[in-house]
Amino acid sequence: MPLTAIHYLHVSQPRHGRGVTLLGSQFTVREFKIIGKRIPPKDAFDKVTGTGTYVYDMELPGMLYAKLVQSTKPHAKIKGIDYSKALQVPGVVSVATGRDFPFRIGIYVGDRDLLAIDKVLWVGHPVAAVIADSVRAAEKALDLIYIDYDPLPAVFDPIESMKPDAPLLHPDLGRYRVSPAFKPRPGTNIANEFHLKRGDIEKGFSKAEVVVEGDFSLPFMSHVYMETQAVIAHYRQNGYIDLWTSAQSPFAVRYLMGMSLGMPMGRIRVHVPYIGGGFGGKAGLGWEPLVAMLSRKVGYKPVKLLLTRSEQFRLAPVVAGVRGWGKIGLDRNGRIVAYQARFIFDSGAFGDYTVNVSRTAGYACTGSYEIENAECESYAVYTNKIPTTALRGFGYPENHWVLERLIDKAAKELGMDPVKVRSLNLLKPGVSYTGTGARLREDAGNPQKVLEEVAKGLGWGEKARDSSKPWRVRAKGLAVSVKGPSQPPDASASAIIKFNEDASVDVLVGTGNFGQGTVTSLAMIVAEEFGIPLDKVHVHELRSTNDSAYTWQTVGSRGLFTDGSALLEAIRDAKSKIKRVASAALRVSEDHLEIADGKVYVKGKPWHYIPLERIVMGYTFENGNAIGGPIIGSGRHIAELNTYLDPDTGQGTPTIFYTFGGTGVEVEVDLLTGEVKVVKAVQAFDIGKAINPLLVEGQMIGGFVMGQSRALYEEIIFDEMGAVANPNLSFYYVARAPDIPEEWVLRIIETPQTDGPYGARGIGENVMIAVAPAIGNALFHGLGVDVRHLPMKAERVWRAIREQRPELYQKALSALKEEIRREYESLTRR
Amino acid sequence: MGQVITLKVNGVLREVEVEPYELLADVLRDKLGYKGVKKGCWRGECGLCTIIMNGEAVKSCIILAVEADGAEIETVEGLARNGRLSPVQDAYVKNAGLQCGFCTPGFIMASEYIVRRNANREITPGEVRSALSGTICRCTGYKQIIDSVLEAHRRIKIVR
Ligand code: FES
Ligand code: FES
Repeated sequence: MPLTAIHYLHVSQPRHGRGVTLLGSQFTVREFKIIGKRIPPKDAFDKVTGTGTYVYDMELPGMLYAKLVQSTKPHAKIKGIDYSKALQVPGVVSVATGRDFPFRIGIYVGDRDLLAIDKVLWVGHPVAAVIADSVRAAEKALDLIYIDYDPLPAVFDPIESMKPDAPLLHPDLGRYRVSPAFKPRPGTNIANEFHLKRGDIEKGFSKAEVVVEGDFSLPFMSHVYMETQAVIAHYRQNGYIDLWTSAQSPFAVRYLMGMSLGMPMGRIRVHVPYIGGGFGGKAGLGWEPLVAMLSRKVGYKPVKLLLTRSEQFRLAPVVAGVRGWGKIGLDRNGRIVAYQARFIFDSGAFGDYTVNVSRTAGYACTGSYEIENAECESYAVYTNKIPTTALRGFGYPENHWVLERLIDKAAKELGMDPVKVRSLNLLKPGVSYTGTGARLREDAGNPQKVLEEVAKGLGWGEKARDSSKPWRVRAKGLAVSVKGPSQPPDASASAIIKFNEDASVDVLVGTGNFGQGTVTSLAMIVAEEFGIPLDKVHVHELRSTNDSAYTWQTVGSRGLFTDGSALLEAIRDAKSKIKRVASAALRVSEDHLEIADGKVYVKGKPWHYIPLERIVMGYTFENGNAIGGPIIGSGRHIAELNTYLDPDTGQGTPTIFYTFGGTGVEVEVDLLTGEVKVVKAVQAFDIGKAINPLLVEGQMIGGFVMGQSRALYEEIIFDEMGAVANPNLSFYYVARAPDIPEEWVLRIIETPQTDGPYGARGIGENVMIAVAPAIGNALFHGLGVDVRHLPMKAERVWRAIREQRPELYQKALSALKEEIRREYESLTRR
Repeated sequence: MGQVITLKVNGVLREVEVEPYELLADVLRDKLGYKGVKKGCWRGECGLCTIIMNGEAVKSCIILAVEADGAEIETVEGLARNGRLSPVQDAYVKNAGLQCGFCTPGFIMASEYIVRRNANREITPGEVRSALSGTICRCTGYKQIIDSVLEAHRRIKIVR
């Protein structure tokens, strides 16, 4: 095996201590003790010792186990269900069917049932649930449930599904609960449509020197979070429901449960321990309402539902496939004068969350560029396939796959360098208007710098290195990206800190912990602000809606920004309470006090202080008189000045920040097999401030590899019944250790945003958006081979090479033959 | 019909009654309480259930419990001594070789095996990559995991 030396370049500026933070409206240089340091994740000890608890691991006394019966028909009426035999299996306690729960749930479009109600919508649709005292008993019973179906015509293709005579999946679409930003079209299979209109598209194209268009697509994919979905529900006789769930957003689960079950929110207590990965697939509402209802049905006993990997592939929501189309016009100088795009999201049987994914793809269709004339439309369309939901970065990987590829194609037509074209058209903070017509704020970051760093890191303009064999070719490509959180304009967050007797601090936040590092960063903020060691800051791994601080959801790369801002407000609150007490104790006015190093000082007189321990539970004077009391600080954050988008034109202000970034790759393509190997990755992001560069790099690397995996390998395959044909990790391949690039260039750019914590913006999702377009561009730029459908798997690339560059293929073949001949000769000579 | 088997798990002898169809991973998790043994695929594809059995790294979800009768088994719970992490665990912490942590026990056991097995020789990054190819991590992108293994191996060699 050829072994190439690893040569890791880590460049992140500034790495230690010193950073520039915007306070109020002026820049202040501030020395940091903890912020900006490379600190290991706080929960690492639990995880390396295998002692961290996930819902998957949990058992409650008297707990029962549920298993789901899957539909074998893609679209059919349920005529009858006979489960009498199942009930005779020893250990089986009960069987539930859709008739038991005749209502629908969902986050944006309430189109989901708990179990199929009278009709099934895909092969895999849960039709009944068996509850038993062991998983094995439940599994045995599954085979003894007989379902009588009356088949209906099914539709698997989203384009077919949009036609007026297509079989309807949801005849009651007009009666579902829909949140304000969404527009299902009753009487059709369209779960949502979105239109963006800006400027005059005709006029724009009339000014174009070159116009390039193309069809693009992305397949269905699976999140493959390693912890499959797991829920334990205990519906109690006293009317409370306790839920332990592997869900990203405990408060969203509570809210949506309350709404769909018509229950008072405070009676639903959602507990979330460590989460074994989420990537958007555990946002919104999952199996919680079903398992809660099953718990009630079996006489108020705790019930656990844990999906196996193959169940996960067949019946839990995956990521929508997309048919995209785009058309771009550049004038003679390389300015984008018009852009048009269309995205059809195949949402499968339920549109629930995917309506927001498709909407986001639509409103953010113009990417990182200033485009005066743009028209984009997006649709989420029902088909008789597995339902879909959010995935890391949703909407953006899809629209970037179209736009970032078209830019390279148009640049080539025009004979210009694609980096130059990008640079000419990038949004300018403080000057430009985004696709939704919102002025980009002055402190939104430095897109030009991002592009520059990617190009530099990649050695853009220098020839790609020689490959190891003449039939393998090296090529370079890059793409830029932008993304902000897709959240309602009024999404909010809060934080609470409370001091303990030893002046250590408990931090209560609502943000879920699936390894993204937010919790560590939040703890670092508290340690920094009070000048206490990091191990005196405690963030419990368990979130419970009844005693964690509220946050809307843990999605959209918003956690650090929103919860971090709330936390800073809580810290200010606690500080002012501490100072009030200290002012009486030290007999100086509050403005003369300062908190640092775990002490309250009189400014300018560092010897005149009280340690925090003596204040945070109340201050006691020498004679025993006491003042103050336990210190608790609280803070909140709400998106300010965000708006709903205009229903006809999609204009408005949808996000609280945009993070600009870019990805570059060097790939080695085997011309004879079509196999693409990524040998070098460049990631550059302007995140305002890296609170913890070690964890930021973790996001950049992890996101790159997930993006690479999606770009090159991942695809759910459907059979002629619309059933998932590769429901396991052998036939659904995800990137493994040998697949990753050997060389990495990671750049963190820090242009602070005034209202972010220390100037920070989010990053968690941005890291995977531009990977596929960068790889696609490398094939296009370096090989002259245009692949527009994901994944760029070997077979597809091989076909593209043979069709588009037959001479390259022939040359490679001759080179191989030549090598074999030489080898043969040298062997026979010996 | 149940059968009693004996396992030595992390140095402790355990007797447990198992059914002939039961998998070692399930017995370790559900009957003996070693919840550090995770399952991500149920069929030998993801490596999350990796343990060290009689000195070899194996996937415990594709081994019948009865096959393991008499075996000496190490799980992730057995590595740290009195709150002190093993060099491999420690390197994972320092290099942030984990995010959600769900794959971590499987990776740690695979890494322990690599590091021990190669304690007396150099290992290359390429060898570490292929040695880890049986285990899936969806969060980290593997680089920090590979770095952790290389660091742990370096430290073990220095100690020796
Ligand atoms: S659970 Fe054993 S290899 Fe996946
Ligand atoms: S850390 Fe999440 S799967 Fe590896």
